[in-house]
Amino acid sequence: MKKFIHDFEVTHNHHITDDYFAIYLKCPVSLPQILPGQFAEVLVSNSTTTYLRRPFSIYDVDYKRNELSLLIKKVGDGTVALSKLKEGDTLNLIYPLGNSFSLPGGKKALLIGGGVGIAPMLLLSKLLHEKGYKPDILVGGRTSNDIVEPEKYKPFGEVFITTDDGSAGEKGMVTQHSLFSGKVKEYSAIYACGPDPMMKAVARVAAEHNIPCEISLENTMACGIGACLCCVVETIDGNKTTCIEGPVFDTRKLKL
Amino acid sequence: MLDLSVNVHKLLLKNPVMSASGTFGYGIEFDDFIDVNRLGGILTKACTSKNRDGNRYPRMAETPAGMLNSVGLQNKGVDYFINTIYPKIKHYDTHIIVNVSDSTVEGYMEVAEKLNQLDKITGIELNISCPNVKEGGMAFGTSCPMAGAVTKAVREVYDKTMIVKLSPNVTNIAEIAKAVEDEGADSVSVINTLLGMAIDAEKRRPILSTITGGLSGPAVKPIALRMVWQVSKAIKIPVIGLGGISNATDAIEFLLAGATAIQVGTANFVDPQVCIKILDGIEEYCNRHGVQDVKELIGALES
Ligand SMILES: Cc1cc2nc3c(=O)[nH]c(=O)nc-3n(C[C@H](O)[C@H](O)[C@H](O)COP(=O)(O)OP(=O)(O)OC[C@H]3O[C@@H](n4cnc5c(N)ncnc54)[C@H](O)[C@@H]3O)c2cc1C
Ligand SMILES: Cc1cc2nc3c(=O)[nH]c(=O)nc-3n(C[C@H](O)[C@H](O)[C@H](O)COP(=O)(O)O)c2cc1C
Ligand code: FES
Repeated sequence: MKKFIHDFEVTHNHHITDDYFAIYLKCPVSLPQILPGQFAEVLVSNSTTTYLRRPFSIYDVDYKRNELSLLIKKVGDGTVALSKLKEGDTLNLIYPLGNSFSLPGGKKALLIGGGVGIAPMLLLSKLLHEKGYKPDILVGGRTSNDIVEPEKYKPFGEVFITTDDGSAGEKGMVTQHSLFSGKVKEYSAIYACGPDPMMKAVARVAAEHNIPCEISLENTMACGIGACLCCVVETIDGNKTTCIEGPVFDTRKLKL
Repeated sequence: MLDLSVNVHKLLLKNPVMSASGTFGYGIEFDDFIDVNRLGGILTKACTSKNRDGNRYPRMAETPAGMLNSVGLQNKGVDYFINTIYPKIKHYDTHIIVNVSDSTVEGYMEVAEKLNQLDKITGIELNISCPNVKEGGMAFGTSCPMAGAVTKAVREVYDKTMIVKLSPNVTNIAEIAKAVEDEGADSVSVINTLLGMAIDAEKRRPILSTITGGLSGPAVKPIALRMVWQVSKAIKIPVIGLGGISNATDAIEFLLAGATAIQVGTANFVDPQVCIKILDGIEEYCNRHGVQDVKELIGALES
């Protein structure tokens, strides 16, 4: 897929909670097709602590308005700087980067997002719904504050929630949700994005039930375009770049 | 009419702007963003005699105005380069220079000898300065006898333009430059990355899997500039300057310090179009200063 570099215009910076925000960006030309799981490399500013671009999954795409959005958690200088952008500001993006999720073999699929890892699941749930699949979306977080915009997924599938402290949905980790003791066998694919321990647990459960599983990795990146080889992950076929050959990988191929 | 061309030994570059090894893939990674043919040359990522997996992840740590890397020469080996990569890049209308590395002198010779057969590879750059491999690599570049020995050995099997890339992790870089000049290097490139380290205080752990790694980006520019200046005074062969170059002004500074050409590395990650912007900026500088021939700028530092 061809990659682009453009100055986008901020149309809205939506502060969801103290920690999470969604930034809506208008493309100066007609948006190219963007696949679920793809990401953008964002140029933060010329500050010395944010020299390299920051990678973020593409959260939503609105082709009619020619807009895309990013769902971001504040963790450091770069993300805090982005949270301060105002309507009318510009943001330079290299996009769309990386591969995408593959379609499930049967009707039902389970999409799991941990914290801000939920971001790529919005486009995926939309696509699956459009194509006639029946996605369930399982959102996990430490507390109810980490369950970000769960209502966005409702039009596309059934939404389930877990929190570590039980402040929303079922208490426990995503893999402890009752879905895994009940209807898990109905799923023909599991997709997950979130913290490493969560993805490892999901991969293990998927393997136990013999369900194909794809996860989206968030390896640290320098270039995002396959030029530096900093972002590699070990697979059974050798090192693969997370930015070009990923970020989505079949868990059976990874050395988890 | 402004003349932007420069000569690096037998290579006539259409302009002094090249991409640095390990930061530009094989050029194709940048086709969506720029016309690679406009560059004076491209330096490929390192090529070794055998397949190398490189170091374990994490291989990158961002640092103030720069980054550390410990990629560790990941590549599929010279035979794979010749059979699979070369056919995809030989159409470029620019100099393609392969960065050659290995752990033994025999390894360097094997790669150089094989590359000597490829028409469109007009030169090699001996990487005797990689800080990210256990044996070989930087060890060759930090002592005069070893730097001289590997240069001499490769010279015997390679007859096109041979650039030797120097390590800044030495007490006297001019001495090493002289040693490789004496053994037949046609040019030197200055500098490779500086050995550095990053720590995650929260976790009390090093960030890189290798603990230490190579520092690059704007943070290293003043050191690189100083070394280019020292080396260009010490030797007669052309010096290629690099280290932290991010815009045309940086590039001009390196030319004034004595570089005949420049390479752009880490800045490509921040802006994949930066090489072209630097090229256009050099042209603009020349026009503004009434410079007819970019060669007038080489070593033209006034004091
Ligand atoms: C393909 C991909 C998609 C991503 N999608 C999203 C997304 O949709 N929303 C989102 O909020 N974040 C996402 N991330 C993570 C995001 O890139 C980092 O959080 C961001 O770069 C941090 O920048 P900063 O300057 O705020 O923090 P820094 O100051 O750089 O770092 C602050 C802290 O965050 C940690 N950190 C930095 N980068 C990463 C990373 N890549 N993975 C895990 N921890 C990291 C650091 O170790 C440090 O402890 C994604 C990463 C990748 C590789
Ligand atoms: C990710 C990365 C990989 C690199 N790989 C190589 C390499 O394979 N061979 C080499 O000679 N130099 C390599 N370098 C060093 C650069 O070519 C260059 O010498 C250095 O980064 C300084 O220039 P800069 O500050 O413009 O990046 C690498 C640098 C980076 C950042
Ligand atoms: S981030 Fe550079 S190759 Fe993936």
